[in-house]
Amino acid sequence: MPLELVDVGALPNEEQEYLWTINFGPQHPATHTTLRLLLTLDGEDVIKAVPDIGYLHSGFEKLGEDLTFNQYVTIVDRMNYISPMANEIAWFHVVEKLLGIELTPRCKYLRTIFAELMRLHDHLLNVGTAALDLGAFTAFLYAFYQRELIYDLCEHASGQRFHTSYLRVGGLTYDVDDAWIRQLRSFLDGFMKAHNDVSRLLNRNRIFVERTKGIGVLTKEDAINLSCTGPIARASGVVRDLRKDEPYLAYGELRDAFQVVCAEEGDCYARYLLRMEEMLESLKIIRAALENLPSGPVNVSVEGKEVLPEKNATYRSIEGLIQHFELIMTNRGFKAPVDELYGAIESPNGELGFYLVSDGSDRSYRCRTRPPSFIHFAVFPHLIVGHQLSDVVAILGSLNIIAAELDR
Amino acid sequence: MNHEATLAKLRDRLGAEAVSISEFRDNTRVVVPARDVLAALECLKNECGFDFLVDITAVDYLHYPDAKDRFGVVWCLLNTATGERLVVKTFLNEPDLNLPSAYGLWKGANWMEREVFDMFGIRFEGHPDLRRILMPELFTAYPLRKDYPLRGRGERHNFPVITRAES
Repeated sequence: MPLELVDVGALPNEEQEYLWTINFGPQHPATHTTLRLLLTLDGEDVIKAVPDIGYLHSGFEKLGEDLTFNQYVTIVDRMNYISPMANEIAWFHVVEKLLGIELTPRCKYLRTIFAELMRLHDHLLNVGTAALDLGAFTAFLYAFYQRELIYDLCEHASGQRFHTSYLRVGGLTYDVDDAWIRQLRSFLDGFMKAHNDVSRLLNRNRIFVERTKGIGVLTKEDAINLSCTGPIARASGVVRDLRKDEPYLAYGELRDAFQVVCAEEGDCYARYLLRMEEMLESLKIIRAALENLPSGPVNVSVEGKEVLPEKNATYRSIEGLIQHFELIMTNRGFKAPVDELYGAIESPNGELGFYLVSDGSDRSYRCRTRPPSFIHFAVFPHLIVGHQLSDVVAILGSLNIIAAELDR
Repeated sequence: MNHEATLAKLRDRLGAEAVSISEFRDNTRVVVPARDVLAALECLKNECGFDFLVDITAVDYLHYPDAKDRFGVVWCLLNTATGERLVVKTFLNEPDLNLPSAYGLWKGANWMEREVFDMFGIRFEGHPDLRRILMPELFTAYPLRKDYPLRGRGERHNFPVITRAES
């Protein structure tokens, strides 16, 4: 079907006969997922870019109106599947805010550790593939080896490598054991070497630097006006990080353990450097959280009738069985307040929020996701204008667009 | 977070009876009539420092308990200097599903408004390019409305397959 090229501004001159239109995607190795760009070219210069999205739209928000709070976690996992647990943490952050549940200290710290592992996860992928698209293959391999180790940690804790579905309302599916802590410590010890390797390969790599420095410059005013958050806004000098500004989980207590990384240039290179530095800060948070990890229960007390009992209790005690049924049976379940609220966390990609409308039942009446990828992709047409065709992959890589989250 | 200064300015601009304020957990919500939305958003952006548009979304209150209006449209705003958050909300009823676009205030509203239009059929006047964004152009329904069934109306099976020759 024809698409009109009327997105941002008019074409600069009237003689358009020599302009080329190039279709980029939806299947292209540098889009990594399914998204499409209509590029208008003057020689090699991009004059205009019109994104066309929706190829992966699968109605997640409609499904959220049909599934209970605990069931919807399996769908939330599949939004930004690069860092699945960050989505779970955002979802339950909002659900628990709605239900008024205060988590146990151990759960807060464990969720914080997982949130930061997911940040490493996401940034490693982004740095690795951005470098891969620009021709630096080795850094990609180093990054992906570390991602495998994070997958192993997820598997050990939750039983799943990819779509973990690890969180529950009021806690986690399982507590972690000592072997997991040892595994995490050995991962942290090995991570610095990989980080050094990647930095040494890329930071002063002439090809990489020349293809990213000064490319896709986003000014601070534009970043705010275009609703950018997370690494992209911080690379443009917007000093905003929900972990510091609106502390959730254990970030309030770990406030002194980390700093917010910012840059001023706002180009692709700044976004790359910022992500590399943020990984080091994440490492500090994980170490601090691990040192201060409280003991005690990981779930809130069963008396509140909000958390699913442990499987052992469900099978072996009558109280556990009753409690399980109370939450699972169709005419029972949570008693949520009839109201609506917006809540957000700092996901690796930016502010990941949910606007949750509750009609008093155990499922949401409406659960709007504020997907950072969607909002950042809208910035792309502004960034690419004036650059060349080969810069498309550099900018696309630095924005970290995850199509599953883009389209939901 | 103290919203008194902001709310006082909003009352000055729109009149005290036009603005109703409610709070839930840490959210402060301002409900304004649909005709005053643009004035309220302008006041909040230009006079109260809400320079950041977090999100625009809509809710269909068809089956909601005790709901009087069909649609609610929500703007989540943020003041990046102070960290103050505010939720602006308005209600709409059929057949007049038109609202002024916030694109002139925040460029970030572009795709958010397109998504609301795509999913709920609410039109934003003054939007530069109000097309469907996630659903195909030929789609006729608004899928996030509550009268649209969860499993669809068979569009998927009846959708014309585009062959390579005619694409």
